[in-house]
Amino acid sequence: MKHMTRKATRHISQNEGLIFEKSSPGKAAWKLPALDVPEVDTAKLLGKQEREDLGDMPEVSEIEIIRHFTRLSTWNYAIDLGMYPLGSCTMKYNPRVNEFVARVEGLANGHPYQAEKISQGALRIMKTLSDCLLEITGMDAITLQPAAGAQGELTGLLMVRAYHEAQGNARKKVLIPDSAHGTNPATAATVGYAVENLKSNERGMVDVAALAAQMNEDVAALMVTNPNTLGVFEQEIHKIAELMHAKGGLLYMDGANMNALVAKTRPGDFGVDVMHLNLHKTFSTPHGGGGPGSGPVAVKKILEPFLPTPVVITKPDGTLAFEYNRPQSVGRVRAFYGNFGMFIRALAYIFANGPEGLRQTTEDAVLNANYIRKGLEGVYDLPYSTPSMHEVVFSDKLQSKQGVKTMDLAKRLIDYGFHPYTTAFPLIVPGALMIEPTESEPKEELDLFIEAMKSIAEEVEDDPQYVLDAPHHARITRLDETAAARKPVLRWKREV
Amino acid sequence: MRYLPKSPADRAAMLQAIGIRSVDDLFSPIPAEYRLSRDLAIPRQMAESEIVEWFKQRGKENGEGFASFLGAGAYSHYRPVVIDALVQRGEFLTAYTPYQAEFAQGTLQAIFEFQTMIAELTGMDLANASMYDGSTGAAEAVMMAVRITGRHSAVIARNLHPEYREVLNTYATHQAIPQKLIPFTASGQIDLKQLDQAVDDSTACVLIQSPNFFGTIEDVEAIAGIAHKRGALLIVSIAEAASLGIVEPPRCADIVAMEAQSFGVPLGFGGPYCGVLATKEKFVRQMPGRLAGQTVDKNGKRGFVLTLATREQHIRREKATSNICTNQALVALMVNIFMTVYGKIGLRELAKQNLAKTAYAVEQFGKHAKVLFAGAPRFNEFVVETSEDPYAINSRLLGHKIIGGLPLKKFYPELGHAALWCCTELTTRSMIDTAVGLVAESERSVLSKDAEPEEVAR
Repeated sequence: MKHMTRKATRHISQNEGLIFEKSSPGKAAWKLPALDVPEVDTAKLLGKQEREDLGDMPEVSEIEIIRHFTRLSTWNYAIDLGMYPLGSCTMKYNPRVNEFVARVEGLANGHPYQAEKISQGALRIMKTLSDCLLEITGMDAITLQPAAGAQGELTGLLMVRAYHEAQGNARKKVLIPDSAHGTNPATAATVGYAVENLKSNERGMVDVAALAAQMNEDVAALMVTNPNTLGVFEQEIHKIAELMHAKGGLLYMDGANMNALVAKTRPGDFGVDVMHLNLHKTFSTPHGGGGPGSGPVAVKKILEPFLPTPVVITKPDGTLAFEYNRPQSVGRVRAFYGNFGMFIRALAYIFANGPEGLRQTTEDAVLNANYIRKGLEGVYDLPYSTPSMHEVVFSDKLQSKQGVKTMDLAKRLIDYGFHPYTTAFPLIVPGALMIEPTESEPKEELDLFIEAMKSIAEEVEDDPQYVLDAPHHARITRLDETAAARKPVLRWKREV
Repeated sequence: MRYLPKSPADRAAMLQAIGIRSVDDLFSPIPAEYRLSRDLAIPRQMAESEIVEWFKQRGKENGEGFASFLGAGAYSHYRPVVIDALVQRGEFLTAYTPYQAEFAQGTLQAIFEFQTMIAELTGMDLANASMYDGSTGAAEAVMMAVRITGRHSAVIARNLHPEYREVLNTYATHQAIPQKLIPFTASGQIDLKQLDQAVDDSTACVLIQSPNFFGTIEDVEAIAGIAHKRGALLIVSIAEAASLGIVEPPRCADIVAMEAQSFGVPLGFGGPYCGVLATKEKFVRQMPGRLAGQTVDKNGKRGFVLTLATREQHIRREKATSNICTNQALVALMVNIFMTVYGKIGLRELAKQNLAKTAYAVEQFGKHAKVLFAGAPRFNEFVVETSEDPYAINSRLLGHKIIGGLPLKKFYPELGHAALWCCTELTTRSMIDTAVGLVAESERSVLSKDAEPEEVAR
């Protein structure tokens, strides 16, 4: 039988076409100020470089624009509407004060090339955030320049490579556990390293014996995610670090998700040499439908000479400055100084929490994940019984007997008013359901989620086809992704 | 803690349901010697009012209230207020990447419209959902050209934004992509003769910027001719998107790597911005980054999905076209709304105002100092050479609450006392007159100093 959900009720959703379909000549949403200098003859100034026509750009009024984007927005799910249990994505509350302070005039309008003496505010923000992140990670030096997590990985591995080159041998390989995020191997390849897979053991952790066998002087680094993508803390992390260091290798930690560790333990203390952070995960900057992110990289002292330029330094007179003269630097990974707007937001989040708030946040995140685990254990298969930290990974083993896969369960969750969890990742769990509630969920929301997941499991037994056809109550049913990829339509074109 | 939605009773009930006594039990997998038993040494918890005050103070220390002539890859254009009103809707702000299309049609349709407008403006067939910024976009475009052509070297214009060149160097180091740098001529444009000599059968691409770093518009057609006759691709980097309103787009390029910050994105001390790649249809499968595509649902209803994911790292891992994962969705939405507000006519009129302000400024500066790189059309930037070090002039301008042009010595030592100035629709005539007045004063005082010894001799 089909169950009703307590979380959501269907309501009217406005239809809205493409903006181009509303356009007609003569409508306008803009008005320029009167020109206070003489008009110019554009043909004379530009000659053959003058553009005559902007093609099919829209012409619409302001109210149509407001309605257009407001209507589109209502077709999205969002943290502001409810729990967003995407594993490894850390969809936590994005505090509104962060948005407010990011729009403070001198900060929002600051030009990256304005003189340092009128940039002390921005520099102070960068310095303060750097200091906080170093204390949180237990590392020695940091760059805020990388634009996102994957670019942080790139920066980190460039530094690993530069370090080894300085020792006289760049080395050939990077070891990556089979549970890792896809960016890890893609990044290693970009930096010119061969990728060697590292198998997980039966507890879902790095197999230390296998690592010992694979580790040699050709290996530049091990890229480990901790807690890993199963939500499991690598309990032998210090041994892993020792193994790496004994053969001159470095330990890279993918710290994209630090939500289980902040204020409870520090990677720098357990042997990590280099790590990146995703400010858009642990530090609450908004995902915004896919970005912008920000991926600072923190390192131990031995890697400091290789940080990208520029770095923020304190001058003898106490003022702050950018330092460019760093001969061993890996160079620049992005123009200017990184996603500065995200630094403001992350720092505002740290200020709002303080030491005790960050600790309570981590505890609640882990508590929430374990509450869900307890609530759904037995209803869904738990492939690894190892203790969970901030997320829990189930599999669709029980439901797939009825032909229902993780993606089908996920689509049905939409009808219950929840965004799906992460499907089919990590790759070491066939049919994975990866669930990360974060600290932002009250008990009531978690109970609704557990109830929804249990209800879907019952539906799978009673009427699997109904689940296979989900979603039933979304604006659209499942889209034909194969057709989309086979004959890509990537832009609107006027019908002739 | 005001962001945490649980009472002590809730926590107790949850611990009981899990079957443990204390939350510490959940952290037992962390070896005891690595568990932190002290408070983090970070600032204490602050009230919202304190946070706001702290950042307002930083804003005051950060050039608040200054008028600026800086451009050089970061442009000050007016941002219509509807942009922030719309991007701050929680459904856009707090949504994830639209992998679950049925629950993310708003973001997906917006990306599809963004891709359409970028393709239209750049004169390319299609565009992606965005890249980190203009600098990384240009580097990714070079790697894309290497994949398409199977060739390994790149020819780069020296008047490409110097920081874009630095980023490319970083990316190219371990990709074994040798680069040749092409100088610029007295018009500020790339030296076509030297370009012609540099491009050969190993050249994967020629990468130029137009309008280039000095604001001068390149002869893209001539450059494309040189690149294409030897089978190389042409990549055009556009740092000042507003130019597309009135400057003919590089239709003969193979890849356009654009920075769209000018379209409604705050200067924000350098980021986040919005890179974007646009290209020909035949190259789409070698393009990095996310793409939204149109399709239909089971009932034949139009809908949008992220597509061609087999190019991306989460599917291809080490064989992906790039390691890029995120795009700049929310910033791309700002750009999208800006393009929609100004549209077909407004973008042209806006660009015209930029041209007019710049023409006036060039004329005024030209009366007292040397404006370099004349003889080629320019958009909204120009280079002024002064007798005095521009840092000194800028220092005096700050006293008038004006930020002067960017001294170029740092990037181009041979340009000595030259500085790069930028005017947009926000630049006022009185700002220009004040700046010109100070430059004129500087020139007069240098001249009279030069003249002094003669007078003494007499």
